[in-house]
Amino acid sequence: MKEVINLPVKNIEEEEYHINMGPQHPSTHGVLRLVVSLQGEIVKSLKPHCGYIHRGIEKMCEKDTYPQIIHLTDRMDYLSAHINNHAVCLLVENALEVEVPERVKYIRTIIDELNRIASHQLWWCSFGMDMGGLTCYFYGLRDREKILDIFEESFGSRLLHSYYTPGGLMMDIHPDFQKNVKAFIKYFRKKIKDYDDLLTGNMIMQLRTKGVGFLSKEDAISYGVTGPSGRASGFSCDVRKHHPYGVYDKVDFKEILGTKGDTFERYMMRMNEMHESMRIIEQLIDNIPAGDYTAKMKAVLKLPAGEYYQRVEASRGELGVYCISDGNKTPYRMKFRSPNFSNLSALDHISRGVKIADLVAIGGSLDYVIPDIDR
Amino acid sequence: MDKATLKERILGLVPDAEFQENKQFLTFIIPPAKMHDLSLRLKSEVDLQFDYLFCLSGVDMVKFLEVVYHLESTTHKHQLVLKVRTEDRVNGAVDTVCDIWRTAELHEREAYDLMGIRFNNHPDLRRFFLEEGWVGHPLRKDYVDEVNIVEL
Repeated sequence: MKEVINLPVKNIEEEEYHINMGPQHPSTHGVLRLVVSLQGEIVKSLKPHCGYIHRGIEKMCEKDTYPQIIHLTDRMDYLSAHINNHAVCLLVENALEVEVPERVKYIRTIIDELNRIASHQLWWCSFGMDMGGLTCYFYGLRDREKILDIFEESFGSRLLHSYYTPGGLMMDIHPDFQKNVKAFIKYFRKKIKDYDDLLTGNMIMQLRTKGVGFLSKEDAISYGVTGPSGRASGFSCDVRKHHPYGVYDKVDFKEILGTKGDTFERYMMRMNEMHESMRIIEQLIDNIPAGDYTAKMKAVLKLPAGEYYQRVEASRGELGVYCISDGNKTPYRMKFRSPNFSNLSALDHISRGVKIADLVAIGGSLDYVIPDIDR
Repeated sequence: MDKATLKERILGLVPDAEFQENKQFLTFIIPPAKMHDLSLRLKSEVDLQFDYLFCLSGVDMVKFLEVVYHLESTTHKHQLVLKVRTEDRVNGAVDTVCDIWRTAELHEREAYDLMGIRFNNHPDLRRFFLEEGWVGHPLRKDYVDEVNIVEL
C-alpha cells in the first residue's frame, strides 16, 4: 500500500505575494518595473521602480547652452517632442524678452497640435493592444505615418525633430505643408470613425474599462495628475486655456472635461481631444501670416540672472521647466516637471483593489512614456 | 487674490518669512520649522486654497541646499513659490509635505536621490532613480564622477 503524504495546504487566497511587472513587459510601454502586492488576483499595493533609462538630463543641461538643451528635451517624452522643445524655447524667449514673429507662433501651434494627434494615435493603438485588440495597432500606426511624413518633408526627421530654436524655427516649412496638412485632416476625420467602431463601441472593452480605476477630482489635484488623465476626473488643468502661449488665445477650442474619472473616461478624453486638435489646426492652417521664420537672436544666449518657469501642455499633461540662471550661457539648475512623473505617483492609489488584468488597462489609460519619468 | 494682498496674507501667517524679488511668481523663503504648519494652512484656508503643488525641486546653491515649492490654487488661480533652506549638507532635512500634497511623495524621493536632501516623516524615503548603495548625489555641484561625466 502506498504511503499517503499529507502536505500542508496553504490558502493562497489569503496569502499576500509579490510579482514583478517589468522592466521588460509589453504593458509598461518601456522599461518600468512595478512591484505589485497581490492577494489572489487583487492588487493590494504597488511600488514603481524607476531609473532603468535615467540619463541625467538635468545634470547634462548644466553643461549645455540653451540651444543645445533643446536637443535633450526631445528625448524626454519623445512622443511630444515638439511640445517639449516649445517649452524651452518659450522659456528662453520670455527671459530675453524677444518678440517672436507671428508666423512662427502659428506654425508652432499647428505643429504642436499635429504632434498631439500623432501621440494620441500611438496611445490609441497601444491601448487597444493592451486590451487584446491587435488590429488597433495597425490602424493607429497607419494614420500616424501620415503625420510623420508631413514632419519628415518639412524638417527631415520623424521622431526627434529639434525643429524649434530659441527665437523661431530651424527652417521654413515645406511649400506643400499646408496642402498636406489639409489633406491629412480630411483623411483622418473619416478614419477616426473607424477607431470608434473598432474600439470605443466595443462591448468587451467597455465592460473592462467602465467603473474601473476611479480617480476623484480631489485626488487628481493632490497627486498632480494633469493632461487628459486629470481632465477625466474633472480637474480643469489645460495650460493652453489657463496660461495661453503660441496663438491658443486666438483660436476657439473646448477644454474637454470629464466627470466620471474611470478608465473609460480617460479613454474618451483623448478621443475627443483629437477632434479638438483638428479643429484648432483647421482654424490656423489657412491663416499663417507671411514673414520671417525666426527672430534675430544673438549668437551666444545668456539669460539674465534669476529664476524662470515655463508651463506648456504636452500631450500627457503639464510640462514645467524651472530654470535658475546665474547670467552665464549655461543654466545653473534646470528642472523638468514632467507630466508622466506626477501621473505615475497616482498609479498606486488608483489601482488598489482592482484585478491584475485591470492594472494593464489603467496603465494604458494613464499613457505613461518611461523616458519622461526617468529623464 | 492679487499679488499685493497675497503678500500681506502670507506675511501675516509667517511674519519671519523673507520676501524674494521675482518677476513671475510671489516668492518667499520660509524658516524650515514653520513650513509644515504653513502648508497645512495654505491648503485649508478658504481664501488661499493652494491645493495643487505643480513642481517641487531640490537646488544646490553651494552655501545651502534649497527645496522650491511651486503652488497654485485651482479655485482662485493664484500662484506662490515657497523656498526652504538647509545649510547642513550631510544631515540637512526639511519636513515632508506629502501628507498635504500627495504628489510630493515621488518628488521628494527624487530630491533625496539626486540632491541628498532628507525629508522628515516621509513614509518611504529611498533612492528613486539610482540603486541603493550609490555613493553621492549627482545633481550636487561638488559631485565628482570621473567615469561617467566627461569634462570638455
